[in-house]
Formats: sequence, C-alpha cells, structure tokens
Amino acid sequence: MTATAAPPAGTDAAAPVTHRPSRLRAWATRAPLLPALVFMIVVTQLPFVATLVISFFDWNALYPDARSFAGFGNYQEVLTDPDLRKSVFTTILLTATVVLVSLVLGLALALLLDRKFRGRAAVRTLLIAPFLLVPVAAALLWKHVLYNPEYGLLNGLLNWVGGPQPDWVSNTPLLAIEASLIWQWTPFMMLILLAGLQSRSPELLEAARIDGASNVQIFRHMTLPHLRRYLELGALLGSIYIVQHFDAVFTITSGGLGTANLPYTVYQSFYQAHENGLASAAGVLVVIGSLIIATFALRVVSSLFREEVSRA
Amino acid sequence: MSATAPTTPAPPATVGTRNTPGPSPARRRSAALGLLAWLAGILFVLPLAWMTLTSFHSEEDAATNPPSVAASLTLDGYREFFGAAGGASPWPALINSTVASVGSTLLVLVLALPAAYALSIRPVKKWTDVLFFFLSTKMLPVVAGLLPLYLFAKNTGMLDNIWLLVLLYTSMNLPIAVWMMQSFLAEVPVAVIEAAQIDGAKLPTVLARVVAPIAAPGIAATALICFIFSWNELLFARVLTGVVAQTAPVFLTGFITSQGLFLAKVCAASLVISLPVLAAGFAAQDKLVQGLSLGAVK
Repeated sequence: MTATAAPPAGTDAAAPVTHRPSRLRAWATRAPLLPALVFMIVVTQLPFVATLVISFFDWNALYPDARSFAGFGNYQEVLTDPDLRKSVFTTILLTATVVLVSLVLGLALALLLDRKFRGRAAVRTLLIAPFLLVPVAAALLWKHVLYNPEYGLLNGLLNWVGGPQPDWVSNTPLLAIEASLIWQWTPFMMLILLAGLQSRSPELLEAARIDGASNVQIFRHMTLPHLRRYLELGALLGSIYIVQHFDAVFTITSGGLGTANLPYTVYQSFYQAHENGLASAAGVLVVIGSLIIATFALRVVSSLFREEVSRA
Repeated sequence: MSATAPTTPAPPATVGTRNTPGPSPARRRSAALGLLAWLAGILFVLPLAWMTLTSFHSEEDAATNPPSVAASLTLDGYREFFGAAGGASPWPALINSTVASVGSTLLVLVLALPAAYALSIRPVKKWTDVLFFFLSTKMLPVVAGLLPLYLFAKNTGMLDNIWLLVLLYTSMNLPIAVWMMQSFLAEVPVAVIEAAQIDGAKLPTVLARVVAPIAAPGIAATALICFIFSWNELLFARVLTGVVAQTAPVFLTGFITSQGLFLAKVCAASLVISLPVLAAGFAAQDKLVQGLSLGAVK
C-alpha cells in the first residue's frame, strides 16, 4: 500500500512550522485517509464492476458450461419480460407511495412537535419507537399480529364495532407492505423535518409576529421555503433507502401476489433461479435508478453542507 | 436538538392572557394541538404496545377474536422463543449478530477516525471531493454487488462465515461514519489544537487531551448508529450465511410462515431481537437524525 511511503504521521503533524519536502508532507496528510478509501473501493466498487460484467453474459449457475456473451440481451429480457417489468413498476410505486405519504405525515407530526406542550419529549420518544424496530420484526408484527385475518388486531378491532373481516394481505398485498413501511419511515421524516423547523431563526419569526403576520402567513412564506431543502432531503434519502428495501417484501408476501420489487427479483433470480446474468442486469437497473435519485440527493446534501461550512 | 428548545420563543398568546379569567381561544387551541400530538404518539406506538402485551399472553389468549386485552400474563412466549419446547435456540444467532455488529462497528471506528481527521482537523487538498466520494458509495444499493460477493464467498469457502459479514457491514457503515465524524471533529476549534501544539504537545497528547473530550459524544453516537444498521441487516445475511453464521434477523425469517398458535412466541422473538436496537437508538436519540441524514442535518 502507498501508505507505507509516508513517515509516521505523529511527528509530522505535531510540527506544522517545519519545512519538509512538500510531496512527503502531502502524503503524510493523506496517509490517515488511505485505509478507509482503499477498503471502500475494494469492497463496494469492485463487486459492482463484476456485476456490470456479468450482466452482459447469458449465465445460469446450474449450467456453468453454457456461459456466453449476451450483449444487452439480459437488459432486454428484464425490460420485456412481463414479470420483471412489473417488478420495475412495483419498485417505483412502492417507493413513491411510501416516501410521499410518510413525508406528509412526518411534516404534520413535526409541526405538532415543534410547539411547546406537556410531555413533548415523551411523545417524541413514542413516535421514534417504530423506527427502532428491526425491519424484519416490524414486518412480522404487521403480517401476523395486525393483518392476520382470523385473530389479527385490525380484524379484532373491526369485530368490536361489528365491521367486516377482510384478509388484508391477500386483498391488498402492496398496500399492506406500504402501510408497514410508512409506519416505520414516518418517524424518520419527522426527525429530519423537526430538525429543519428548529433551525429556523427565532429572531426572524419573532420579527414576523411583531409585524402582525398570521400563523398561516408565517407557514406559507417563511416555514415552507425554509423547509424545502429538508423536504427534498427527506424525500431523497427515503427514496434511496426504500428503492433497495427487501425485508418487508420478503417477510409479508415473499414477493408473491405481484409485490416483488427489484431487490427481491435480484435475490430471487440468482438465489433461487440461478440466473446470474439476468440477476446482474436487474441489479444494474436498481443502481441506475439509485444513481438518478442520488445525483439529486448529493446536490441537496452539498448545498446544506456548504451552508454549514460557511456558517462555521 | 434539546439544546435549541429553550431558544424557541413561547407563543405570545399564552404570555399575554395568563391573567385573564377562563382559557382564551388561542390557549384552548394550543391545548388541543398538544392533545393531538399525544394522540398521534399513542397511535404510532400502539402496534408496538400491542406486540409487547401479546408477548406476555399465552398462545391461546393471543389468538382470540375479539382480542383478549385483559388476559392473564405469562412468560411462556419467551420460554418458547428461547427453545424450551425443543425448538432451535436463538442464542447462536444472537451471538453471531453481536459479533457482526460489534466487530464491524469497531472496524468502522478504526478506519473512519483517521479518515475523518484527514478531512477535518488537518484536511487534505480537495477534501470535500473525498467526502462526497464516500457518500456516493453509500448510494450504491446492496444488490449492486450481491452476486459477485456471493460467488466470491462460494469460491473461497467464506460462505456461512460471520467474518465476511463483518467486512461487508463495515463497508455499509463506513461512509456514514466518516461523514458524521468529520462533522464532529470539525467542531473542535483549530485555535485550541494550535495552542496545545505551540505548548509543545505531541499529536497523541493533542488527540487524547484536546480532541477526544470534545468529539467523544459524537463518536459514541456514530458507533451506536453503525451498530443499529449492522444489527438490522437482512439481505447480505440471508444470502451469505446459512446455518453456522446465521444472524438474528435471519433467525426471525423462520417465523414468516405461520406455525399454528405461535403469536406470543413471534412477539417475544421480535421484541428480544429488537431490544439492542431500541436501546442503542434511544441512547443515540439526539444524534440519530445527523447519522441518518449522513451528517447533512444537525
């Protein structure tokens, strides 16, 4: 590794005034960074390059000798096969629904929590709790304890008021998954938006109030513009996490009933169907989707980041 | 977060109307909104509370419709989960999860601390570019490298080996940790460090006496968040482990298909396995947003 070329960082850093050959100094400054950088490149970038290469091959692990170059064949198959194409749409639908609904709910909760009232800290703790459940455990909770058509809590409550007894997962499978994810992700959105609300300048709000601005006016013309970037950040980070979400789909429906999203399809097509080439092409598509979202996410993070740096 | 609370101005209405007889409309509205917040909090925690209650019910009481809220309490669900009836014991999975989470968190700290140092206190040239490179690797989804990693593990005999997960979880959390720690270390005033160096303090002394006390709470929160993400992870663990190195979330997937009356056991299992995450999450509560937003929100 190149790090060995650098002198011990300790002696160098302790004496910033001495004049050494600048190249050596530059490497001494870089040395602490290198292990982390090299580790990340080896463990995340190399496998992705391999995925990219495999995605151009027709390769079923059960017939290793029949491996052949397929060009864009796998991509064509992912995009034209009705089941695979459906999983692309399911991914988009699932991500958009969960992110938008939890963002709106999170905003409402953040606004409620931004006010002073008795037990505010306790309510905040209650609201965070769903987010701190292991995702598989949360999915099991919804699948068995809430949705079960015979003795689930939802039908139990409906029974009390004499309502119908639907089979939630069979009737509305995607909605069932979405509800459980919204429950878990609303706290995340609330936390980000609450941080945004509390970063408003109190002096500015005070000034607006003294000038006679109503609460609605303050919300529309001051709070919302200020929150815009926090809303964007919540939406983008939420999208990045939900686009690659696997646990709830795997647990609640096992990808059945038309709920398989792309990560589940990737898992299923190589782990169960052993279609390595196809799985890789689907994986590359998830990456492309994430990259599109990520470009926007990076822009938002970088604008918030610059503001922090310039403020410091 | 709590630090900013005192600076938020009190609603002027409550100040002005304190002496008038009877609650003013503004005050009543404020009380109603507080009540609404409480209702929302209770509604959100209700599934979790019901799960906790069910875990202490007998299997018969857990599976009734309408639900038996006031049924007598028992620890049978927990006994069942820990293998009293001869089922698989969860202990190996819990130990594996502990090794994977604690091991990867320690490795993350070892790698991220020097990196964060080189990005904040003594920054390299173009340090923001490096910081954003780390962030961009976090945007690469797990499925991007899953198959090659599986093939690599299979060909090198690393399948079903917990140390492979330690490495992968490290790569999963390193970007978050570098970002968070960069922002914590950047809070250490440069003037203080320079003053210590002028007084002749060597780098290890500066790090131990000046930097560590200021950055320690942030470093601890970072470690807790890395622990949570590793403990929760399912996809890598599901594909790359089998019997020996099975982690706790993989153990939970054994409850996906119904097995007769097993609600109390499922609830007990879900709660026990979530307990470390709940504890770590509440401990890191104040820094949770910063970690989850990759340091973009403070």
